[in-house]
Amino acid sequence: MASVAHDEGLHGHEDHGHDHHEEGFVSKYIFSHDHKMIGKQFLITAVFMGIIAMLLSILFRIQLAWPGESSETLSFFLGEKWAPGGVLKEDMYLGLVTIHGTIMVFFLLTGGLSGTFSNILIPLQLGARDMASGFLNMLSYWFFAISSVIMLISLFVESGPAMAGWTIYPPLSALPQAVSGSGLGMTLWLISMTIFIAGSLIGSLNYIVTVINLRTKGMTMTRMPLTIWTFFVTAILGVLSFPVLLSAALLLTMDRLAGTSFYLSDIIVGGEMLTNHGGSPLLYQHLFWFLGHPEVYIVLLPALGLSSEIISTNSRKPIFGYRAMIGSILAIGFLSFIVWGHHMFITGMNPFLGSVFVFTTLLIAIPSAVKVFNYLTTLWRGSLIFTPAMLFAISLVSTFITGGVTGIILADSALDIAIHDTYFVVAHFHIVMGMSAVFGMFAGVYHWFPKMYGRMMNTRLGYAHFWITLVGAYGVFFPMHFVGLAGAPRRYYDYSVYNEFDTNSFEMIMDLNVIVTLFAITAALGQALFLFNFFYSIYRGPKAVQNPWNSNTLEWTTPVEHIHGNWPGELPTVHRWPYDYSKPGAENDFIPQNVPLADGEEEH
Amino acid sequence: MESKLIILLVVIIAAVAIAQLVRVYELSSKLRGTKEHETTQKDNNFNALMLLLFMFFQIFGLVYLMVEYGWTGRGDSASVQGKETDWLLNLNFIIILIAALITNALLFYFSFKYARKPGVPAYYYPHNNKLEMIWTVVPAIILAVIIILGLQTWNDITSASGNDSKVVELYAKQYGWTARYAGKNNRLGKFDYKLTTDNNELGLVTKNTIDTAIYKLLKGVTGIESIQKKLNDASVVLSDSAQSALTKSLSSKERLIRLLYQMKGNHDVKVDNDAWDDFIQKDTLYLCVNQPYEFKFRSMDVIHSAFFPHFRAQMNTVPGMTTRTKFTPDITTKDMRLKMKNENFNFILMCNKICGGAHYKMNMKVVVLSKSEYMEWENRKFKETFRDKYFPAVAPAKSPNPAPADSTAVDSSAVLPEKKDSIKKV
Repeated sequence: MASVAHDEGLHGHEDHGHDHHEEGFVSKYIFSHDHKMIGKQFLITAVFMGIIAMLLSILFRIQLAWPGESSETLSFFLGEKWAPGGVLKEDMYLGLVTIHGTIMVFFLLTGGLSGTFSNILIPLQLGARDMASGFLNMLSYWFFAISSVIMLISLFVESGPAMAGWTIYPPLSALPQAVSGSGLGMTLWLISMTIFIAGSLIGSLNYIVTVINLRTKGMTMTRMPLTIWTFFVTAILGVLSFPVLLSAALLLTMDRLAGTSFYLSDIIVGGEMLTNHGGSPLLYQHLFWFLGHPEVYIVLLPALGLSSEIISTNSRKPIFGYRAMIGSILAIGFLSFIVWGHHMFITGMNPFLGSVFVFTTLLIAIPSAVKVFNYLTTLWRGSLIFTPAMLFAISLVSTFITGGVTGIILADSALDIAIHDTYFVVAHFHIVMGMSAVFGMFAGVYHWFPKMYGRMMNTRLGYAHFWITLVGAYGVFFPMHFVGLAGAPRRYYDYSVYNEFDTNSFEMIMDLNVIVTLFAITAALGQALFLFNFFYSIYRGPKAVQNPWNSNTLEWTTPVEHIHGNWPGELPTVHRWPYDYSKPGAENDFIPQNVPLADGEEEH
Repeated sequence: MESKLIILLVVIIAAVAIAQLVRVYELSSKLRGTKEHETTQKDNNFNALMLLLFMFFQIFGLVYLMVEYGWTGRGDSASVQGKETDWLLNLNFIIILIAALITNALLFYFSFKYARKPGVPAYYYPHNNKLEMIWTVVPAIILAVIIILGLQTWNDITSASGNDSKVVELYAKQYGWTARYAGKNNRLGKFDYKLTTDNNELGLVTKNTIDTAIYKLLKGVTGIESIQKKLNDASVVLSDSAQSALTKSLSSKERLIRLLYQMKGNHDVKVDNDAWDDFIQKDTLYLCVNQPYEFKFRSMDVIHSAFFPHFRAQMNTVPGMTTRTKFTPDITTKDMRLKMKNENFNFILMCNKICGGAHYKMNMKVVVLSKSEYMEWENRKFKETFRDKYFPAVAPAKSPNPAPADSTAVDSSAVLPEKKDSIKKV
């Protein structure tokens, strides 16, 4: 079946017959060293993980909208153990929330977004034959795959998956006496993430080396597409921050297994007085958020890069302020390392330290604003073509704004006090990080599908998918702000408790929760259109042309059929930046990067 | 089971139906000669219009939610500090709403206005330094204002309490809150988690509580002596796992008792009185209107968060360290009920940091009393101090009860007599 998908045909065999052996199934599809295949492996694994995480969210949304009511769906998926009589168990609710968050942040948005598109686009857009190390690249995918499998297995252990929230704050995550998921479930979580981090590191190092060393002739740093810039900065962020998470996880593992006291001090749990003394749970939080905050940008930057490329191409205009965009990416990348404390204003951290983090955090709003205005100016007086990719890229800018501005409130420590850990925060990061990154990912898939599979996705289905997703996403996360302003804490199993002290808030929260859940279910069903379109088009979509979107970047100069080494002959030489769209005096409204400057033509 | 089969069948049929529709669509576009990657003018205009409509949907949704659910569903702030942050929140909201509405509107309006029109080329416009400077500097100035105002408020709220503050400790555990008032001298007694016993659940440090803890660790039901006896009892055969569990428990208890003896040796009885006059309060936290409060937070097991949504106050409770915050309630529960037009309304202290299965149920009612009501309540509580309740034997001369039992005895009847608490409900 797979060989139908990648219809090599006679042509393909001739092309690489002379310097490559005929590949077997295993080396071509499983342990492939080819960056295009690895990218596709990342994508499909991540999409699968994404479906699971989405399903988990629907399960707990059902509980939130109709607490205590028996649900067929819950008993179907969770059975008698975790949903006796179709009513979700308290512990499992926390388990679902935790694994939903973990999979979405790490497996879908880190592995899926950066893993997929860095792999596919870095060599193709730079004019390289492959990644710097094909073997390490393969290894990075297989680490990712193994960690995915372990994370899924943790859903099925008897004591339940990790239940301490995706941030797994100790002592809750360190003490099995405190919550059942902190037993084997948590151990598997830690093992899975350790492997994930190893894979991510290998991948990131590979991306960095490739970008620095394997640019084709003429591809200076300031001629690179913004996609590459974002992948490059993302990889640097990953290399610098993921090891810190690993050390945090390692210390936690030692507290759990070896009786050390890095995070534990003066605890009595389950009637047992522990002898641990002198540790600090705040240490974990510092270490975690030292990764956790750059992680937000590890997720977001590739999405912004993809949308820059897509918006420019489909506006038929150069991206406005190319150098300012690079500057913003670098500024965001740098600042993301000195803002982690804004997650910790009310944890007992010194308030003076809090003020420093307020300052640095609000600084990030400046490069972010610059990016938004540059997007707007790129659209201005363009000739916009609304492919599904373009629609997703535009809505990414919208969610980036909508979610970004609420970040200003949360970054202001005085205001954070009253809304910290409420649904306001949930709404904020789902819009700015979740939706923006997911929209970026969809945009990327629709845009580069012809490059990945040599076929086209169905546009009409793409439109239907887009509109359901956009309306659904706003319908889910917009009302959540108001739930949060009403003071509703996150990670509550049942908001009926409000009935005991504030019936007005109770009614409001319950009303909104039903609305949110209905939108969530609609949006989730809408994703079936995407899945169908995606898999159907892999096999049966109409054949793609070489450069379907009339784009400038180098990947569209490669043949439609995938070959090792990407270009059949010599590598292309780059003569210009990638954004010469609608350049006055030019014949076409696009000039690919490998076209030499015409007589008397000036570079941008 | 049948319903599941039906669902499966429906899903399969739906997938086949979509596949057929797609085939029809593909065949028809082949007949018309359109290519999948070429967006038709009709589709393009349709999506442009939809984006504009979406802008109105977005604005309508925002206005509707704001009218229906207000700025904040939890009502006006009930504390002095909260009034300050609410003012700041409103200001910030106005700023970000303006920014978000303008940029979102521009985004969708441009999308609509500049949708591809045959014969109209795009305008080549790669950069403009002046424009870029403007939209770097303007947000920077606005942010400077936000930062300065925000930090002023933050400093006010986090600064040390004045001497007129009453000190109250909130102790968190899975899944409940316990309050400890600092008593007549307004000084909280010292604590140490190793002293936690049935009749000293907050682990307060006094000479007697240290002795009790040592006694229990040695001679209690699961104390050191009983474990040693079990391990040395030749007539009982223990399984390997039971044996190793006992050994482990023994070694940790021996470690604890060494520390307790050390504590006993260094203990200064002069500080005992700080603990003796404290009083412990469960179920409901009573506060006095217009009285500044200094709250200290502790946790027994995992991280919790003391969240007072109506007072706009929050602080995590962290095992192993003491955290603090302060606020001054400025409206009584009675008046707030009138204001909220809800007779059953109550202020609340919630847990707002994931702490286990029943996290959502972990709360404590907060009642703000008028000055006179509060004095009445407090005077009654002054007579139910930590010493009166749990260690009446060590009470000074005027103790009403003549010491019923040895304080060091294992006293399982030492349940808190909170149920008898007869404060009239406001």
